[in-house]
Amino acid sequence: MKKVAVLMAVLALFAAAAFAAPKHWVVGFSQIGSESEWRTANTISVQNSFLEDTSFTLIYSDAQQKPENQIKALRSFIARKVDCIVFTALVETGYGPVLEEAKRAGIPVIMIDRDVQASDRHLRLTIMGSDFVKEGEKAGTWLADYLKKKGLDDGKKQINIVELQGTTGSAPAIDRKTGFATVMKTHPNWVLTRSQTGNFTSSEGKQVMEAFLKADKNIQVLYAHNDQMALGAIQAIKEAGLKPGKDIIIVGVDAVKGAFEAMVAGEMNCSVECSPLLGPQAVQAVRDLRDGKKLPARIWTIEGIFDETNAAAALPTRQY
Amino acid sequence: MAFLRNLSRKKIFWPLAALVLLMCFNLFFTPNFFRVEIKEGHLYGNVIDILKNSAPIMFLAIGLTLVIATKGVDISVGSVVAISAGVVAMLIGGDLKGVPKNPILLSMAAAVLVATLAGMWNGLLVSRVGMQPVIATLILLVAGRGIAMVTTNAMVVWLYAKPFALLGQGYLLGLPFSLYMVAFLLLATMLVTRRTALGLFIEAVGINPTAARFAGINARNIVFWVYAFSGFCAGISGLVVCSTVMSADGNNAGDGYEMNAILAVVLGGTSMSGGKFYLMGSMVGALIVQTLTTTIYAFNVPPEIAFLVKAVVVWVVSLLQSPDLRSGMAGFLGRRSEGGKEAAA
Repeated sequence: MKKVAVLMAVLALFAAAAFAAPKHWVVGFSQIGSESEWRTANTISVQNSFLEDTSFTLIYSDAQQKPENQIKALRSFIARKVDCIVFTALVETGYGPVLEEAKRAGIPVIMIDRDVQASDRHLRLTIMGSDFVKEGEKAGTWLADYLKKKGLDDGKKQINIVELQGTTGSAPAIDRKTGFATVMKTHPNWVLTRSQTGNFTSSEGKQVMEAFLKADKNIQVLYAHNDQMALGAIQAIKEAGLKPGKDIIIVGVDAVKGAFEAMVAGEMNCSVECSPLLGPQAVQAVRDLRDGKKLPARIWTIEGIFDETNAAAALPTRQY
Repeated sequence: MAFLRNLSRKKIFWPLAALVLLMCFNLFFTPNFFRVEIKEGHLYGNVIDILKNSAPIMFLAIGLTLVIATKGVDISVGSVVAISAGVVAMLIGGDLKGVPKNPILLSMAAAVLVATLAGMWNGLLVSRVGMQPVIATLILLVAGRGIAMVTTNAMVVWLYAKPFALLGQGYLLGLPFSLYMVAFLLLATMLVTRRTALGLFIEAVGINPTAARFAGINARNIVFWVYAFSGFCAGISGLVVCSTVMSADGNNAGDGYEMNAILAVVLGGTSMSGGKFYLMGSMVGALIVQTLTTTIYAFNVPPEIAFLVKAVVVWVVSLLQSPDLRSGMAGFLGRRSEGGKEAAA
């Protein structure tokens, strides 16, 4: 009888231990590269958040801006039988087959930041991150308010806008363009005179802006799909003998530290925040998944907008 | 006609013709392309942009011309640009006030030294280990990006030390400062290769390394130093790239430059099968590559088809470079003028 009692006690202990310590999960994280400070902050946030929870092991893979590297990384995650894949799509297309493989292997896929094309979305569990269309709309709405406040837009005089697009084919480039275009439609006197890709980098943004400035003498607004390109363009505007932020209104997206410095210096007007600190949310989602909870189809991040009025106050607290 | 025929036999003719063709397109179809003004005390216009923005590729092309002349190739230069940019940015660093962490000249020297060491590594693999140049430099193409990322902690490093901006953004006597740097490096390289036997040695190694060795040329040393020189050029290019945007971006700085530089060399008339090399041709090649890019921006070609447009132009220019097509065309010109003479008689 005593023996049985001891055995029961031991079994109970085991059961309790099994309940107390969550199952150990290996998570594969495929990042697209580190093309900007934003991306680096995003990577560090995800890595640190998974590191803090000892019940997770994170395998990190950097695709270095090449879709083929990313597909290879996803295949290797599947081969290593990870418990969950967290991934940011470099471009929207081309991930169908590899996501199909993950689904067949029974590995849930959580997208962060950048989504895949609509026809592949049934293959992933959820997308967490920013609403890029909304960011474009926010940029447009801010511009409308600013022009009105400064008395620059009477609804009739033509406002010439140039756009620096992100990497051709990437979700933020497509969506930020779409969002901004919706606001443009409500302002018939706003004209998008030029739109060209600056590949999300400052050096290409600068080169494209140089060409824009030579082709059009009359540019009132620059809308850049990220701050990096806006910062490159600011240098081109200075070299052209114009005052960035005054002669040309500059609106960027991301709210990286460099943009805050430029806003404080009066050389940039607005940056729509696109927070990269997705780590804690990502860990929570994977934890919920492990506990068998159902995840919502879309997880939003909470984001603000910064301009001359609040940039100086926010600068010291910026992490990226 | 005879003048044209003589000119068309000159190696520099075809790359120049391609450049002129591209410029003609802009003359007719891109409004204001050739307008040059004076702004802030320097020349300002698309043409100046082309000169300024082609400088990084020109540095690379100078080094690569010599490498390609030895029947080699260096595809790591883009990554070495990123390393050099990363090193100089980290060393100068500095705060918003623009006070550099280390002396600017010393930091620049250190960056170029690191790049030269990277070139020596390539040279070692090719000349001593006997690795295929593409494979040997592929190692650094991949690893170099990694090194650049580690150097910059995978962040975009901004620097604010005003004097350093001279390299990529400054002007001297109205012209971009980087152009003078290109001219200096080009002249020095031409002097050393053409006023001494070194140029001949390099060509000899490229045409037949065994015969060159029997002729008493230390082929291995020549190959080694040519790669080291290519690294050195990439280092200087990295400084200018970093200075142009006053930031170093480990992942994007110099990305794809190796292909543009190789293209410049080949468009300039130096054959990938080694031997004779044309430094001036490579400079014209670099101008063609940059003119194409600037044209795409100025003409507002939609980004979706920009690569296709580039590919078609490169294809046409390469066709112009084909000796078979060229002799065919020269023959055509010849027949025409002879036909003319007969008719006159």
